[in-house]
Amino acid sequence: MKPLVPVSRARKVALGVGFFVVFVAAWSFATFGGFVSRTFLADPVTMLREGYALFAQYGFAKDVGITVWRVLGGFVIAAILGVPLGIAMGAFKPIEAFFEPFVSFARYLPASAFIPLLILWAGIGEAQKLLVIFIGVFFQIVLMVAVIVGSTRRELVEAAYTLGAGPRGIVQRVLLPNAAPQIAETLRLVLGWAWTYVIVAELIGASSGIGHMITDSQALLNTGQIIFGIIMIGLIGLVSDFAFKGANQKLFPWSLA
Amino acid sequence: MSELVVDGVGRTFAGVRGGAPTVALTPIALEVADNDFITILGPSGCGKSTLLRIVAGLDRPTVGRVLLDGVEVSEPGADRGMVFQSYTLFPWLTVEQNVRFGLNETGVPAVEQARMARHWIHKVGLDGFERHYPRMLSGGMQQRTAIARALANRPKILLLDEPFGALDHQTRGLMQELLLALWENEKTTVLFVTHDIEEAIFMAGRVVVMSARPGRVKADVAVPLAHPRHYTVKTTPAFSDLKARLTEEIRAEALKVEGAGIATA
Repeated sequence: MKPLVPVSRARKVALGVGFFVVFVAAWSFATFGGFVSRTFLADPVTMLREGYALFAQYGFAKDVGITVWRVLGGFVIAAILGVPLGIAMGAFKPIEAFFEPFVSFARYLPASAFIPLLILWAGIGEAQKLLVIFIGVFFQIVLMVAVIVGSTRRELVEAAYTLGAGPRGIVQRVLLPNAAPQIAETLRLVLGWAWTYVIVAELIGASSGIGHMITDSQALLNTGQIIFGIIMIGLIGLVSDFAFKGANQKLFPWSLA
Repeated sequence: MSELVVDGVGRTFAGVRGGAPTVALTPIALEVADNDFITILGPSGCGKSTLLRIVAGLDRPTVGRVLLDGVEVSEPGADRGMVFQSYTLFPWLTVEQNVRFGLNETGVPAVEQARMARHWIHKVGLDGFERHYPRMLSGGMQQRTAIARALANRPKILLLDEPFGALDHQTRGLMQELLLALWENEKTTVLFVTHDIEEAIFMAGRVVVMSARPGRVKADVAVPLAHPRHYTVKTTPAFSDLKARLTEEIRAEALKVEGAGIATA
Protein backbone atom coordinates (compact mmCIF):
# COMPACT_ATOMS: atom_id res chain seq x y z
CA MET A 1 0.00 0.00 0.00
CA LYS A 2 1.21 3.48 -0.95
CA PRO A 3 -0.32 6.62 0.52
CA LEU A 4 -3.14 8.26 -1.47
CA VAL A 5 -2.99 5.82 -4.40
CA PRO A 6 -6.58 5.30 -5.62
CA VAL A 7 -8.23 1.86 -5.78
CA SER A 8 -10.25 0.48 -8.68
CA ARG A 9 -14.03 0.62 -8.49
CA ALA A 10 -14.45 -3.16 -8.21
CA ARG A 11 -11.88 -3.41 -5.43
CA LYS A 12 -13.45 -0.51 -3.61
CA VAL A 13 -16.86 -2.22 -3.60
CA ALA A 14 -15.35 -5.57 -2.60
CA LEU A 15 -13.47 -4.00 0.30
CA GLY A 16 -16.53 -2.08 1.45
CA VAL A 17 -18.73 -5.17 1.40
CA GLY A 18 -15.90 -7.16 2.95
CA PHE A 19 -16.09 -5.26 6.19
CA PHE A 20 -19.81 -5.96 6.53
CA VAL A 21 -19.07 -9.66 6.01
CA VAL A 22 -16.34 -9.63 8.67
CA PHE A 23 -18.65 -7.76 11.02
CA VAL A 24 -21.54 -10.22 10.65
CA ALA A 25 -19.13 -13.18 10.86
CA ALA A 26 -17.68 -11.91 14.15
CA TRP A 27 -21.18 -11.31 15.46
CA SER A 28 -22.28 -14.82 14.42
CA PHE A 29 -19.19 -16.36 15.98
CA ALA A 30 -19.80 -14.59 19.28
CA THR A 31 -23.50 -15.49 19.46
CA PHE A 32 -23.76 -18.93 17.80
CA GLY A 33 -20.53 -19.99 19.48
CA GLY A 34 -22.16 -19.32 22.82
CA PHE A 35 -19.57 -16.77 23.94
CA VAL A 36 -22.23 -14.16 24.68
CA SER A 37 -25.48 -14.71 26.55
CA ARG A 38 -28.55 -14.51 24.29
CA THR A 39 -30.24 -12.35 26.85
CA PHE A 40 -27.80 -9.57 26.08
CA LEU A 41 -27.08 -10.07 22.40
CA ALA A 42 -29.30 -11.84 19.90
CA ASP A 43 -27.71 -13.71 16.99
CA PRO A 44 -28.14 -12.40 13.41
CA VAL A 45 -30.80 -14.98 12.48
CA THR A 46 -32.93 -14.19 15.51
CA MET A 47 -32.50 -10.53 14.76
CA LEU A 48 -33.83 -11.00 11.23
CA ARG A 49 -36.71 -13.15 12.49
CA GLU A 50 -37.62 -10.53 15.06
CA GLY A 51 -37.37 -7.87 12.41
CA TYR A 52 -39.78 -9.78 10.18
CA ALA A 53 -42.16 -10.18 13.11
CA LEU A 54 -41.96 -6.47 13.80
CA PHE A 55 -43.15 -5.65 10.31
CA ALA A 56 -45.61 -8.55 9.96
CA GLN A 57 -47.27 -8.48 13.39
CA TYR A 58 -46.52 -5.22 15.16
CA GLY A 59 -46.97 -2.68 12.37
CA PHE A 60 -43.37 -1.50 12.54
CA ALA A 61 -43.69 0.15 9.12
CA LYS A 62 -45.86 2.78 10.76
CA ASP A 63 -43.16 3.46 13.35
CA VAL A 64 -40.51 3.78 10.67
CA GLY A 65 -42.78 6.09 8.69
CA ILE A 66 -43.47 8.36 11.64
CA THR A 67 -39.77 8.58 12.53
CA VAL A 68 -38.78 9.43 8.96
CA TRP A 69 -41.51 12.05 8.91
CA ARG A 70 -40.22 13.61 12.15
CA VAL A 71 -36.63 13.70 10.94
CA LEU A 72 -37.56 15.27 7.63
CA GLY A 73 -40.01 17.69 9.27
CA GLY A 74 -37.54 19.01 11.85
CA PHE A 75 -34.69 19.02 9.36
CA VAL A 76 -36.62 20.84 6.63
CA ILE A 77 -37.91 23.51 9.01
CA ALA A 78 -34.39 24.06 10.37
CA ALA A 79 -32.95 24.22 6.85
CA ILE A 80 -35.62 26.60 5.53
CA LEU A 81 -34.92 29.03 8.35
CA GLY A 82 -31.25 28.31 8.92
CA VAL A 83 -29.86 28.42 5.39
CA PRO A 84 -31.12 31.94 4.54
CA LEU A 85 -29.99 33.27 7.91
CA GLY A 86 -26.59 31.67 7.41
CA ILE A 87 -26.31 33.18 3.94
CA ALA A 88 -27.24 36.62 5.26
CA MET A 89 -24.65 36.29 8.04
CA GLY A 90 -21.96 35.10 5.65
CA ALA A 91 -22.63 37.89 3.16
CA PHE A 92 -23.23 40.84 5.45
CA LYS A 93 -20.82 41.41 8.31
CA PRO A 94 -23.15 43.56 10.51
CA ILE A 95 -25.75 40.77 10.43
CA GLU A 96 -23.05 38.29 11.34
CA ALA A 97 -21.84 40.50 14.20
CA PHE A 98 -25.42 40.68 15.49
CA PHE A 99 -26.24 36.94 15.45
CA GLU A 100 -22.93 35.14 15.57
CA PRO A 101 -22.18 35.34 19.33
CA PHE A 102 -25.63 34.08 20.27
CA VAL A 103 -25.70 31.33 17.67
CA SER A 104 -22.25 30.16 18.76
CA PHE A 105 -23.53 29.98 22.31
CA ALA A 106 -26.78 28.27 21.38
CA ARG A 107 -24.90 25.70 19.33
CA TYR A 108 -23.43 24.23 22.49
CA LEU A 109 -26.78 23.87 24.24
CA PRO A 110 -27.46 20.14 24.07
CA ALA A 111 -30.77 19.50 22.36
CA SER A 112 -31.43 16.46 24.52
CA ALA A 113 -31.24 18.58 27.67
CA PHE A 114 -34.16 20.59 26.32
CA ILE A 115 -36.43 17.56 26.18
CA PRO A 116 -37.90 17.89 29.70
CA LEU A 117 -38.51 21.59 29.09
CA LEU A 118 -39.98 20.96 25.66
CA ILE A 119 -42.32 18.35 27.11
CA LEU A 120 -43.58 20.98 29.55
CA TRP A 121 -44.04 23.48 26.74
CA ALA A 122 -45.25 21.37 23.87
CA GLY A 123 -46.41 18.13 25.48
CA ILE A 124 -45.32 14.81 24.06
CA GLY A 125 -46.86 15.32 20.63
CA GLU A 126 -45.22 15.85 17.28
CA ALA A 127 -44.40 19.51 17.95
CA GLN A 128 -42.06 18.47 20.75
CA LYS A 129 -40.22 15.94 18.55
CA LEU A 130 -39.79 18.49 15.77
CA LEU A 131 -38.53 21.06 18.25
CA VAL A 132 -35.86 18.73 19.61
CA ILE A 133 -34.55 18.12 16.11
CA PHE A 134 -34.85 21.80 15.24
CA ILE A 135 -32.81 22.89 18.27
CA GLY A 136 -30.29 20.17 17.54
CA VAL A 137 -29.56 21.17 13.96
CA PHE A 138 -30.72 24.76 13.37
CA PHE A 139 -27.78 26.55 14.99
CA GLN A 140 -25.29 24.19 13.40
CA ILE A 141 -26.74 24.86 9.95
CA VAL A 142 -26.67 28.62 10.48
CA LEU A 143 -23.03 28.70 11.56
CA MET A 144 -21.75 26.28 8.94
CA VAL A 145 -23.58 28.06 6.10
CA ALA A 146 -22.31 31.43 7.34
CA VAL A 147 -18.73 30.16 7.31
CA ILE A 148 -19.13 28.65 3.83
CA VAL A 149 -20.60 31.82 2.32
CA GLY A 150 -18.08 34.04 4.13
CA SER A 151 -15.14 32.07 2.79
CA THR A 152 -15.93 32.80 -0.86
CA ARG A 153 -12.70 33.67 -2.67
CA ARG A 154 -12.22 37.44 -2.62
CA GLU A 155 -10.99 37.44 -6.21
CA LEU A 156 -14.27 36.01 -7.49
CA VAL A 157 -16.18 38.78 -5.74
CA GLU A 158 -13.78 41.42 -7.03
CA ALA A 159 -13.98 40.06 -10.57
CA ALA A 160 -17.77 40.31 -10.38
CA TYR A 161 -17.51 43.92 -9.17
CA THR A 162 -15.28 44.86 -12.11
CA LEU A 163 -17.86 43.27 -14.42
CA GLY A 164 -20.48 45.70 -13.14
CA ALA A 165 -22.18 43.63 -10.45
CA GLY A 166 -23.83 45.41 -7.53
CA PRO A 167 -24.39 44.04 -3.99
CA ARG A 168 -27.46 42.13 -5.14
CA GLY A 169 -25.64 40.58 -8.07
CA ILE A 170 -22.73 39.62 -5.82
CA VAL A 171 -25.02 37.75 -3.43
CA GLN A 172 -27.25 36.12 -6.03
CA ARG A 173 -24.79 35.38 -8.78
CA VAL A 174 -21.53 34.83 -6.93
CA LEU A 175 -21.93 34.01 -3.24
CA LEU A 176 -24.97 31.75 -3.65
CA PRO A 177 -23.87 29.58 -6.58
CA ASN A 178 -20.36 29.40 -5.15
CA ALA A 179 -21.60 28.18 -1.77
CA ALA A 180 -24.41 25.92 -3.02
CA PRO A 181 -22.48 22.63 -3.34
CA GLN A 182 -20.90 23.01 0.09
CA ILE A 183 -24.22 23.99 1.64
CA ALA A 184 -25.79 20.84 0.16
CA GLU A 185 -22.90 18.83 1.56
CA THR A 186 -23.44 20.41 4.98
CA LEU A 187 -27.13 19.58 4.89
CA ARG A 188 -26.26 15.96 4.09
CA LEU A 189 -24.06 15.87 7.18
CA VAL A 190 -26.62 17.57 9.40
CA LEU A 191 -29.37 15.20 8.29
CA GLY A 192 -27.35 12.45 9.96
CA TRP A 193 -27.34 14.40 13.21
CA ALA A 194 -31.10 14.87 12.97
CA TRP A 195 -31.39 11.07 13.13
CA THR A 196 -29.57 11.03 16.44
CA TYR A 197 -31.87 13.64 17.91
CA VAL A 198 -35.09 12.00 16.74
CA ILE A 199 -34.21 8.74 18.46
CA VAL A 200 -33.30 10.57 21.67
CA ALA A 201 -36.62 12.39 21.49
CA GLU A 202 -38.47 9.11 20.93
CA LEU A 203 -36.73 7.33 23.78
CA ILE A 204 -38.37 9.77 26.17
CA GLY A 205 -42.09 10.35 26.10
CA ALA A 206 -43.17 8.92 22.78
CA SER A 207 -45.87 6.43 21.83
CA SER A 208 -44.63 5.66 18.33
CA GLY A 209 -41.49 5.65 16.22
CA ILE A 210 -38.35 3.55 16.00
CA GLY A 211 -37.00 4.95 19.28
CA HIS A 212 -40.21 4.07 21.07
CA MET A 213 -40.04 0.51 19.75
CA ILE A 214 -36.48 0.25 21.04
CA THR A 215 -37.49 1.30 24.59
CA ASP A 216 -40.40 -1.16 24.51
CA SER A 217 -38.10 -3.97 23.40
CA GLN A 218 -35.68 -3.14 26.17
CA ALA A 219 -38.43 -3.73 28.73
CA LEU A 220 -39.02 -7.14 27.12
CA LEU A 221 -35.29 -7.94 26.94
CA ASN A 222 -35.74 -8.45 23.18
CA THR A 223 -32.25 -7.54 21.95
CA GLY A 224 -33.07 -8.89 18.48
CA GLN A 225 -35.67 -6.16 18.00
CA ILE A 226 -33.41 -3.48 19.44
CA ILE A 227 -30.59 -4.39 17.08
CA PHE A 228 -33.00 -4.61 14.17
CA GLY A 229 -34.26 -1.11 14.99
CA ILE A 230 -30.72 0.27 15.13
CA ILE A 231 -29.78 -1.38 11.84
CA MET A 232 -32.98 -0.03 10.29
CA ILE A 233 -31.88 3.51 11.19
CA GLY A 234 -28.48 2.82 9.69
CA LEU A 235 -30.03 1.57 6.45
CA ILE A 236 -32.33 4.56 6.10
CA GLY A 237 -29.36 6.82 6.77
CA LEU A 238 -27.35 5.05 4.09
CA VAL A 239 -30.15 5.39 1.54
CA SER A 240 -30.70 9.09 2.27
CA ASP A 241 -26.98 9.67 2.08
CA PHE A 242 -26.78 8.07 -1.35
CA ALA A 243 -29.79 10.06 -2.49
CA PHE A 244 -28.22 13.30 -1.26
CA LYS A 245 -24.89 12.52 -2.90
CA GLY A 246 -26.55 11.62 -6.18
CA ALA A 247 -28.65 14.77 -6.12
CA ASN A 248 -25.59 16.92 -5.38
CA GLN A 249 -23.66 15.46 -8.29
CA LYS A 250 -26.62 16.07 -10.59
CA LEU A 251 -27.24 19.60 -9.33
CA PHE A 252 -23.62 20.73 -9.30
CA PRO A 253 -21.84 19.05 -12.22
CA TRP A 254 -19.15 21.75 -12.22
CA SER A 255 -18.07 20.92 -8.70
CA LEU A 256 -15.49 18.23 -8.08
CA ALA A 257 -16.98 17.32 -4.70
CA MET B 1 -12.33 59.81 -25.92
CA SER B 2 -11.41 57.84 -22.87
CA GLU B 3 -8.51 59.15 -20.96
CA LEU B 4 -7.22 57.97 -17.64
CA VAL B 5 -5.64 60.43 -15.28
CA VAL B 6 -3.93 59.25 -12.13
CA ASP B 7 -3.66 62.44 -10.13
CA GLY B 8 -1.25 62.26 -7.20
CA VAL B 9 -2.51 58.88 -6.06
CA GLY B 10 -0.81 57.49 -2.96
CA ARG B 11 -1.69 54.63 -0.70
CA THR B 12 -0.60 54.00 2.85
CA PHE B 13 -1.67 50.89 4.71
CA ALA B 14 -2.32 51.27 8.42
CA GLY B 15 0.26 49.64 10.67
CA VAL B 16 -0.55 46.24 12.10
CA ARG B 17 -1.05 46.33 15.89
CA GLY B 18 0.24 49.84 16.38
CA GLY B 19 3.23 49.26 14.07
CA ALA B 20 4.42 51.88 11.63
CA PRO B 21 2.14 52.35 8.62
CA THR B 22 3.37 50.95 5.31
CA VAL B 23 3.66 53.32 2.38
CA ALA B 24 2.76 51.18 -0.64
CA LEU B 25 2.57 54.01 -3.10
CA THR B 26 4.03 57.51 -2.85
CA PRO B 27 1.82 59.95 -4.76
CA ILE B 28 1.96 59.07 -8.43
CA ALA B 29 0.92 61.04 -11.47
CA LEU B 30 0.23 59.22 -14.70
CA GLU B 31 -1.77 59.94 -17.82
CA VAL B 32 -2.98 57.33 -20.23
CA ALA B 33 -4.32 58.59 -23.52
CA ASP B 34 -7.10 56.98 -25.50
CA ASN B 35 -6.11 53.64 -27.07
CA ASP B 36 -2.73 53.56 -25.37
CA PHE B 37 -1.21 50.28 -24.36
CA ILE B 38 0.77 51.01 -21.21
CA THR B 39 2.68 48.46 -19.19
CA ILE B 40 3.63 49.15 -15.62
CA LEU B 41 6.89 47.39 -14.89
CA GLY B 42 8.30 46.95 -11.43
CA PRO B 43 9.76 44.50 -8.93
CA SER B 44 7.49 42.62 -6.53
CA GLY B 45 6.05 44.81 -3.84
CA CYS B 46 6.48 48.10 -5.68
CA GLY B 47 2.79 48.87 -5.39
CA LYS B 48 1.99 48.35 -9.08
CA SER B 49 -0.89 46.03 -8.28
CA THR B 50 -2.12 48.48 -5.64
CA LEU B 51 -2.14 51.21 -8.28
CA LEU B 52 -4.13 48.99 -10.65
CA ARG B 53 -6.61 48.07 -7.91
CA ILE B 54 -7.13 51.75 -7.16
CA VAL B 55 -7.84 52.45 -10.83
CA ALA B 56 -10.28 49.51 -10.81
CA GLY B 57 -11.97 50.97 -7.73
CA LEU B 58 -11.22 47.86 -5.66
CA ASP B 59 -8.99 49.89 -3.35
CA ARG B 60 -9.21 53.53 -2.27
CA PRO B 61 -6.24 55.91 -2.47
CA THR B 62 -5.10 57.57 0.74
CA VAL B 63 -4.42 60.75 -1.23
CA GLY B 64 -5.13 61.86 -4.78
CA ARG B 65 -7.75 60.69 -7.22
CA VAL B 66 -8.25 58.75 -10.40
CA LEU B 67 -10.22 60.28 -13.24
CA LEU B 68 -11.63 58.38 -16.18
CA ASP B 69 -13.01 60.68 -18.85
CA GLY B 70 -12.99 63.42 -16.25
CA VAL B 71 -15.14 61.46 -13.81
CA GLU B 72 -13.62 60.51 -10.49
CA VAL B 73 -13.38 56.78 -9.79
CA SER B 74 -14.99 55.88 -6.47
CA GLU B 75 -16.02 52.25 -6.85
CA PRO B 76 -15.56 49.36 -9.26
CA GLY B 77 -17.61 49.49 -12.43
CA ALA B 78 -18.16 47.86 -15.79
CA ASP B 79 -16.28 50.67 -17.57
CA ARG B 80 -12.99 49.32 -16.15
CA GLY B 81 -12.61 45.65 -17.03
CA MET B 82 -10.04 43.69 -15.10
CA VAL B 83 -8.14 40.45 -15.58
CA PHE B 84 -6.49 39.06 -12.47
CA GLN B 85 -3.35 37.02 -12.00
CA SER B 86 -5.24 34.27 -10.20
CA TYR B 87 -7.95 32.38 -12.07
CA THR B 88 -11.22 34.17 -11.46
CA LEU B 89 -13.64 32.49 -13.84
CA PHE B 90 -16.81 31.50 -12.04
CA PRO B 91 -16.43 27.72 -11.76
CA TRP B 92 -20.19 27.09 -11.83
CA LEU B 93 -20.59 28.84 -15.19
CA THR B 94 -19.55 27.59 -18.61
CA VAL B 95 -17.18 29.59 -20.79
CA GLU B 96 -20.12 31.21 -22.56
CA GLN B 97 -21.96 31.99 -19.33
CA ASN B 98 -18.78 33.48 -17.88
CA VAL B 99 -18.39 35.78 -20.87
CA ARG B 100 -22.04 36.79 -20.54
CA PHE B 101 -21.79 37.52 -16.82
CA GLY B 102 -21.11 41.23 -17.12
CA LEU B 103 -23.56 41.69 -20.00
CA ASN B 104 -26.24 40.08 -17.89
CA GLU B 105 -25.34 42.31 -14.93
CA THR B 106 -25.63 45.46 -17.03
CA GLY B 107 -28.99 44.42 -18.50
CA VAL B 108 -28.04 43.63 -22.11
CA PRO B 109 -30.85 41.70 -23.89
CA ALA B 110 -30.31 37.92 -24.08
CA VAL B 111 -30.03 37.79 -27.88
CA GLU B 112 -27.38 40.48 -27.85
CA GLN B 113 -25.58 38.69 -25.01
CA ALA B 114 -25.37 35.51 -27.03
CA ARG B 115 -24.10 37.38 -30.07
CA MET B 116 -21.43 39.25 -28.09
CA ALA B 117 -20.35 36.09 -26.29
CA ARG B 118 -19.93 34.28 -29.60
CA HIS B 119 -17.96 37.20 -31.00
CA TRP B 120 -15.51 37.41 -28.10
CA ILE B 121 -15.11 33.68 -27.65
CA HIS B 122 -14.15 33.58 -31.31
CA LYS B 123 -11.74 36.49 -30.87
CA VAL B 124 -9.79 34.66 -28.15
CA GLY B 125 -9.84 31.44 -30.17
CA LEU B 126 -12.10 29.36 -27.95
CA ASP B 127 -14.70 28.29 -30.52
CA GLY B 128 -16.05 24.91 -29.54
CA PHE B 129 -15.37 25.43 -25.83
CA GLU B 130 -18.54 27.42 -25.09
CA ARG B 131 -20.07 24.68 -22.95
CA HIS B 132 -16.91 23.77 -21.05
CA TYR B 133 -16.61 24.49 -17.37
CA PRO B 134 -13.45 26.33 -16.24
CA ARG B 135 -11.97 23.29 -14.53
CA MET B 136 -11.86 21.53 -17.90
CA LEU B 137 -9.68 24.31 -19.35
CA SER B 138 -5.93 24.87 -19.28
CA GLY B 139 -4.56 27.93 -17.49
CA GLY B 140 -4.05 29.78 -20.76
CA MET B 141 -7.60 29.05 -21.90
CA GLN B 142 -8.97 30.24 -18.59
CA GLN B 143 -7.12 33.54 -18.91
CA ARG B 144 -8.30 33.91 -22.51
CA THR B 145 -11.85 33.45 -21.29
CA ALA B 146 -11.21 36.04 -18.59
CA ILE B 147 -10.00 38.49 -21.24
CA ALA B 148 -13.07 37.80 -23.39
CA ARG B 149 -15.28 38.25 -20.32
CA ALA B 150 -13.72 41.63 -19.57
CA LEU B 151 -13.79 42.86 -23.18
CA ALA B 152 -17.38 41.73 -23.80
CA ASN B 153 -18.44 44.53 -21.46
CA ARG B 154 -16.84 47.04 -23.83
CA PRO B 155 -14.92 48.74 -21.03
CA LYS B 156 -13.29 52.12 -21.56
CA ILE B 157 -10.08 50.66 -20.22
CA LEU B 158 -8.81 47.13 -19.74
CA LEU B 159 -6.75 46.52 -16.59
CA LEU B 160 -4.54 43.45 -16.42
CA ASP B 161 -2.70 42.44 -13.26
CA GLU B 162 0.07 40.02 -14.29
CA PRO B 163 -2.53 37.92 -16.09
CA PHE B 164 0.02 35.51 -17.56
CA GLY B 165 2.15 35.21 -14.43
CA ALA B 166 1.01 31.70 -13.61
CA LEU B 167 1.48 30.35 -17.15
CA ASP B 168 4.46 28.50 -18.55
CA HIS B 169 6.90 30.41 -20.74
CA GLN B 170 5.62 29.19 -24.13
CA THR B 171 1.96 29.74 -23.30
CA ARG B 172 2.81 33.16 -21.94
CA GLY B 173 4.43 34.12 -25.25
CA LEU B 174 1.37 33.02 -27.21
CA MET B 175 -0.94 34.91 -24.85
CA GLN B 176 1.08 38.10 -25.34
CA GLU B 177 0.70 37.75 -29.09
CA LEU B 178 -3.03 37.15 -28.73
CA LEU B 179 -3.55 40.16 -26.49
CA LEU B 180 -1.41 42.36 -28.71
CA ALA B 181 -3.32 41.28 -31.82
CA LEU B 182 -6.60 41.96 -30.02
CA TRP B 183 -5.42 45.43 -29.12
CA GLU B 184 -4.11 46.14 -32.64
CA ASN B 185 -7.55 45.24 -34.02
CA GLU B 186 -9.82 46.69 -31.37
CA LYS B 187 -7.78 49.64 -30.12
CA THR B 188 -8.93 49.83 -26.57
CA THR B 189 -7.01 51.47 -23.75
CA VAL B 190 -4.93 48.95 -21.82
CA LEU B 191 -3.06 49.17 -18.52
CA PHE B 192 -0.97 46.07 -18.03
CA VAL B 193 0.99 45.33 -14.84
CA THR B 194 3.95 42.96 -15.03
CA HIS B 195 7.39 42.27 -13.62
CA ASP B 196 8.51 40.62 -16.87
CA ILE B 197 10.65 43.04 -18.88
CA GLU B 198 10.24 41.32 -22.25
CA GLU B 199 6.50 41.15 -21.79
CA ALA B 200 6.41 44.82 -20.85
CA ILE B 201 8.27 45.92 -24.00
CA PHE B 202 6.66 43.53 -26.49
CA MET B 203 3.11 44.73 -26.04
CA ALA B 204 3.43 48.30 -24.86
CA GLY B 205 3.49 51.68 -26.52
CA ARG B 206 4.92 52.98 -23.26
CA VAL B 207 6.58 51.29 -20.32
CA VAL B 208 6.20 52.93 -16.94
CA VAL B 209 8.94 51.70 -14.61
CA MET B 210 8.16 51.79 -10.92
CA SER B 211 10.64 51.87 -8.08
CA ALA B 212 10.78 49.51 -5.17
CA ARG B 213 8.91 50.18 -1.94
CA PRO B 214 7.64 52.78 -1.56
CA GLY B 215 6.43 52.73 -5.14
CA ARG B 216 6.83 55.73 -7.39
CA VAL B 217 7.35 56.25 -11.11
CA LYS B 218 11.03 55.93 -11.88
CA ALA B 219 11.03 56.11 -15.65
CA ASP B 220 8.53 56.48 -18.45
CA VAL B 221 9.92 54.90 -21.61
CA ALA B 222 8.29 55.03 -25.04
CA VAL B 223 8.55 51.86 -27.14
CA PRO B 224 9.12 52.99 -30.74
CA LEU B 225 8.50 49.60 -32.36
CA ALA B 226 6.13 49.54 -35.30
CA HIS B 227 2.78 47.75 -35.29
CA PRO B 228 1.65 45.13 -36.09
CA ARG B 229 4.38 43.46 -34.10
CA HIS B 230 5.43 39.94 -34.79
CA TYR B 231 6.99 37.83 -32.05
CA THR B 232 10.32 37.97 -33.93
CA VAL B 233 10.56 41.63 -32.89
CA LYS B 234 11.91 40.27 -29.61
CA THR B 235 15.19 39.40 -31.34
CA THR B 236 15.74 42.79 -33.06
CA PRO B 237 18.51 45.15 -31.88
CA ALA B 238 16.00 47.89 -31.03
CA PHE B 239 14.19 45.48 -28.72
CA SER B 240 17.44 44.33 -27.15
CA ASP B 241 18.55 47.90 -26.46
CA LEU B 242 15.28 48.67 -24.71
CA LYS B 243 15.51 45.46 -22.78
CA ALA B 244 19.06 46.23 -21.66
CA ARG B 245 18.04 49.68 -20.51
CA LEU B 246 14.98 48.52 -18.60
CA THR B 247 16.86 45.58 -17.11
CA GLU B 248 19.32 48.05 -15.63
CA GLU B 249 16.49 50.16 -14.17
CA ILE B 250 14.70 47.19 -12.69
CA ARG B 251 17.86 45.57 -11.39
CA ALA B 252 18.68 48.66 -9.37
CA GLU B 253 15.20 48.50 -7.84
CA ALA B 254 15.28 44.77 -7.17
CA LEU B 255 18.60 45.21 -5.38
CA LYS B 256 17.05 47.78 -3.07
CA VAL B 257 14.53 45.18 -1.98
CA GLU B 258 16.78 42.16 -1.78
CA GLY B 259 19.69 44.04 -0.20
CA ALA B 260 23.06 45.15 -1.43
CA GLY B 261 24.69 41.88 -0.43
CA ILE B 262 23.99 40.34 -3.82
CA ALA B 263 25.56 43.21 -5.73
CA THR B 264 28.85 43.09 -3.89
CA ALA B 265 29.04 39.33 -3.77
